[in-house]
Amino acid sequence: MYNSKYVISGLVIFLAVFSYPFWGNLASKDYTGPKLSLPTDQKQCIEPVEFMRAEHMTLLNQWRDSALRDEKRVYVASNGATWETSLQKTCMSCHTNKAEFCDTCHLENAVEPYCWTCHVPPKGNE
Amino acid sequence: MKRSRRQFLKVASLSVAGLGAQLAAGGMTQAAAAVKPSYKKNALALKAKRWAMVIDTREFASKEDFDACINACDTAHNIPQMPGNTEIKWIWKDAYDHTFTETTNKYQSKEVEDREYFMLCNHCENPPCVRVCPTQATYKLENGIVAMDYHRCIGCRFCMAGCPFGARSFNFTDPRPYIKDINPKFPTRMIGVVEKCNFCVERLDEGKLPACVEAAPGKIHFGDLSDPESDVRKLLDENYTLRRKPALGTEPGVFYII
Ligand code: SF4
Ligand code: SF4
Repeated sequence: MYNSKYVISGLVIFLAVFSYPFWGNLASKDYTGPKLSLPTDQKQCIEPVEFMRAEHMTLLNQWRDSALRDEKRVYVASNGATWETSLQKTCMSCHTNKAEFCDTCHLENAVEPYCWTCHVPPKGNE
Repeated sequence: MKRSRRQFLKVASLSVAGLGAQLAAGGMTQAAAAVKPSYKKNALALKAKRWAMVIDTREFASKEDFDACINACDTAHNIPQMPGNTEIKWIWKDAYDHTFTETTNKYQSKEVEDREYFMLCNHCENPPCVRVCPTQATYKLENGIVAMDYHRCIGCRFCMAGCPFGARSFNFTDPRPYIKDINPKFPTRMIGVVEKCNFCVERLDEGKLPACVEAAPGKIHFGDLSDPESDVRKLLDENYTLRRKPALGTEPGVFYII
């Protein structure tokens, strides 16, 4: 190979820089998620935390379609409890602090949902 | 380096395909698989095969009579008070010859002609607004209510062109600053969507009558048009009623006792 000295050392430097995010993070402290302000008067959400964390957006889409298209506005949770399918009346009555609940995670993940152009967050948290 | 580029590509493509298949199979999270949601109707919900409204126009004389209903609707649904000609209206009043365009007659009763009349979405049986909406943001429910899903409205305004009753309003600006007291139980709308009266579907679901009906007891009636025993059918039996623009064949669900 021509100029193997330069090519190989160039490759090594490139790989080191390119893979920095991987080993750099391995060496650093563990990632800790954002601190959320949780409702004080409730122990459990309508479904288990892991489900809500991963699927709340899917659930909200189902709530919307069920309420508006099928006129079924009652959600029967996996534990049998029933809830009104309403972001404002159900979700926001426990998660009264949009800024320290919704926004904290959405900011961290660079997600900008446009729910709030129409849906009204509880007073004081706009 | 004995491996040819061809060999490398083969192996690489196989491993990518394998990864894809794995992702597709496990696409749903474990948590989601454990939850089996179901939905049902509210037990309190009022039911009808075909909702209809009968307005006793003889009962609306003063500005206060009209304002009570308009305010009830405005506060229930976060309707903004827009300045100028960008007004948002769900229920409003107008003159006889604007309301009943097909029935004016030169020697009409002066009293009837001078009265004012409520206008609102007629929740037509053959709604042109539904037919022309390209996204199904406007659609008809089984109970005859012509509903809107504002999540889907793209603001094309075909429905405004389609509706022969002018029952729809467009949000030219963000309405929020023009709502005095926001009702936290109902959403607002946003710039660029069309809106109209929804026959208070959200209230019917809680077992309540529409806000305007509640605000005018005995003056506006609401019930099941398909049920011969219902209040609205009895009123239609006993009184002379008109509907707006009947010749168009949209079959309005709003009736006026004259
Ligand atoms: S009055 Fe207009 S908006 Fe209402 S259902 Fe009829 S066509 Fe549609
Ligand atoms: S039925 Fe409901 S939405 Fe329609 S005009 Fe009356 S109060 Fe407003």
